[in-house]
Amino acid sequence: MRRFHWLVPFLAVGSLAFLYVPLLAIAVYSVNASRFGLTWQGFTMKWYQRLFANEQILEAAWNTLFLAGVSTIIATVLGTVLAIGLKRYPWSRRVYAMLDINLHLPVVTPEIVFAAALAVAFGLLRLVFSVFEPGMLNMVIGHVTFQVSFVALVVGARLASISTDIEEAARDLYADNAYIMRHVMLPLLKPGIVGGAMLAFTLSLDDFVISFFTAGPTSVTLPLYIYATVRRGVTPEIHALSTLALCATVILVMLSERITRKTNKE
Amino acid sequence: MSLEAYAIYKNYGEVEALHNVDLVTERGEFFTLLGPSGCGKTTLLRIIAGLELPDSGTVMLTGGNVTTLPANERNVNTVFQSYALFPHLTLFENVAFGMRSRRLTGSVVTEKVMAALAMVHMEDKKDRLPSQLSGGQKQRVALARALVNEPEVLLLDEPMSALDAKLRHAVQAELRQLQQKLGKTFILVTHDQEEALTVSDRIAVMRQGRVVQCAPARELYERPVNRYVADFLGKANIIAGRRAEGGVETELGLLRLDSPPTWEQGELAIRPENIVFHPERPAVNGLRARVSEAFYRGDRVEVWLEPGNLRMSAAPRRGIAKGDEIWIELLPSALVPLHE
Repeated sequence: MRRFHWLVPFLAVGSLAFLYVPLLAIAVYSVNASRFGLTWQGFTMKWYQRLFANEQILEAAWNTLFLAGVSTIIATVLGTVLAIGLKRYPWSRRVYAMLDINLHLPVVTPEIVFAAALAVAFGLLRLVFSVFEPGMLNMVIGHVTFQVSFVALVVGARLASISTDIEEAARDLYADNAYIMRHVMLPLLKPGIVGGAMLAFTLSLDDFVISFFTAGPTSVTLPLYIYATVRRGVTPEIHALSTLALCATVILVMLSERITRKTNKE
Repeated sequence: MSLEAYAIYKNYGEVEALHNVDLVTERGEFFTLLGPSGCGKTTLLRIIAGLELPDSGTVMLTGGNVTTLPANERNVNTVFQSYALFPHLTLFENVAFGMRSRRLTGSVVTEKVMAALAMVHMEDKKDRLPSQLSGGQKQRVALARALVNEPEVLLLDEPMSALDAKLRHAVQAELRQLQQKLGKTFILVTHDQEEALTVSDRIAVMRQGRVVQCAPARELYERPVNRYVADFLGKANIIAGRRAEGGVETELGLLRLDSPPTWEQGELAIRPENIVFHPERPAVNGLRARVSEAFYRGDRVEVWLEPGNLRMSAAPRRGIAKGDEIWIELLPSALVPLHE
C-alpha cells in the first residue's frame, strides 16, 4: 500500500476550498439580512424577492436566455456539420491538419482578442448593412463564433469513437446517405451533440467579454448588468443573482457531464 | 455465374493494391481469397461490395455490370471483420436494418428477422444490445444481418479473426454447413490457410495485388504452382534439380515423379507427410537419411533429415529418434515441379 504524507490530502482539499470559498461566501451573503456589513444578521429571502421584482434584471435574464438559446441552436447545428465534414471527408493529410488547428484556435485565443476582432468586423459590415448595429443580432453571431469550435470538438470526439465500419455496414445494408444520417449517425452522435450544446449554452450564459463588445442598449445580459451595477457598489441582489447564475451553471455542467459519461460507457 | 470481376486495377498513390485481377465464381460456390495482409484481398472484397471503386476493370453480378453501382444498390452483403453491429440497436433491429432501409414493414420483416436469428441460434436474444454479446455471438448476428437480405453473394471479411482457436474451428464447420444448406455463393477473405482449406470449394492465393493460383482447395495444396503457394499453404520441402532421363537429377540423386517438369532446371516441392518411412530400401526414390532432430508434436513427430535438410512428419509409433539412420521414400505422386 502506498503511504502519503498528510500534506498531500491537505493541499488537495485546500486547493478546492480556495476555489469554492468565494462562491460559498456569495451564496451566504445572498441570504444575509445585513445590507452592507460583513456580519451575519440573520437569514432572509428578501434579496431574492427584490431580484424578481426588478424589471431591468428580469429583462437582462430574458436577454441572456434568449441569446444563449438561439446561439446554442445555431452553433450546435453548425458545429455538428463541421465535425462530420472535418472527420469524415477524405481530406489530404496536410489539409486536415490545417483545418484541425483552425478548429482548436478559437478555443485557445484570448477572448478579448476575439471580441475586439468581432467589434472591428461588425464595424466594417455596418458600413454596408445597417442591421449590424450593436445589439442582439451581433451578440448572437459573436457567441456562435466561439461556440462552434467547442461543439465541433465535443461532437468530433464522439465521432472519432464511431468506426467507419458502422457507416459502411449501413451502406452495405441498402441505406442511402439520408437514412444513414437519420438512423445511424445522429442516434450515435446524440450524446456528443447534447453534451456540446450544453457546453455551448453554459459558455454563452456567463460570457461577458464578447457580449460587452457587441451589445447594444436594449440587449443587456446578466453578466453585463452585474458588471454595470457592481461599479456602483455591490448589493445583496447581485449576490442573489450571482448565486442563481452559479446554480444554473452547475446544473448544466453536471447534466452535460452525465451525458458525456454515458457516452463513454457504451 | 454469380460474380465475375475482370481486369481489376487499383492503386493507392504509389502502392499497387490490385494488378489485373480476374475472378469468376460459380453460383453456390464457397470461394476464398487467401493471402498475407497487404496482398489486396480486402481491397478486392471492398470493390465487390461496392465500398471502393476500381481504377479500371469490370465487376459483374449475375450477368449485369455493377462496377460503378454503390454498395446500397447492389444485392451483395458483407460480414465485416469488426462485425460492425449498430451499437444503439437491438439484435432484432440490427437484423431488420437492411429491410427497414428499403422501407419494408409489417409481419414479413418480423418473420424474416426471426427466421434469420433462429438460423444462427440467437432468437432468444433478440432484444439484447450488441454490447451484451460475446465475440462469437456478435459474429452470428452479423451473419444473420447479412443473410436475411437474401444476397446474391455473401462477402466475409476475415470474420473469424477475432475468435479464439477452438471457437474458430467450430464456426468454420458451421459456416461451411450453412453455405451448403443455403446453396449461396460465399466469398471469404482470410490469411488463415487452414481455415481456407476447411471451408472452401476453390481458393485464390494472392500476393502483392495479383492472383498467384486459383484452384480447388485440394489441388492447391497438393499441386502448388510455385514456391510461394507451396510455402503459404502448409509446409513444403523444396529440392533444386535438373531434368534428366526418367526424372529429375538432384543432390539427393535421381528422383522419379509422376508429372515430369516442363523446365530444364528448377525446383520440386514435397509435403512433409509425403516423405514416408521404410523399414528397408524402397524400390523408387529411396534414400538413406540421418535424423538430425525429432520433435514430438503429439499427433505426429516432426523429423529433420540430412542430407537435403528435409522435413518429414512421421507417426509417433515409429519411434524415430534423433541420431537414427532410416530409409525414406519421396512419393513420386507427391513430388511437384514448381514454376516461376
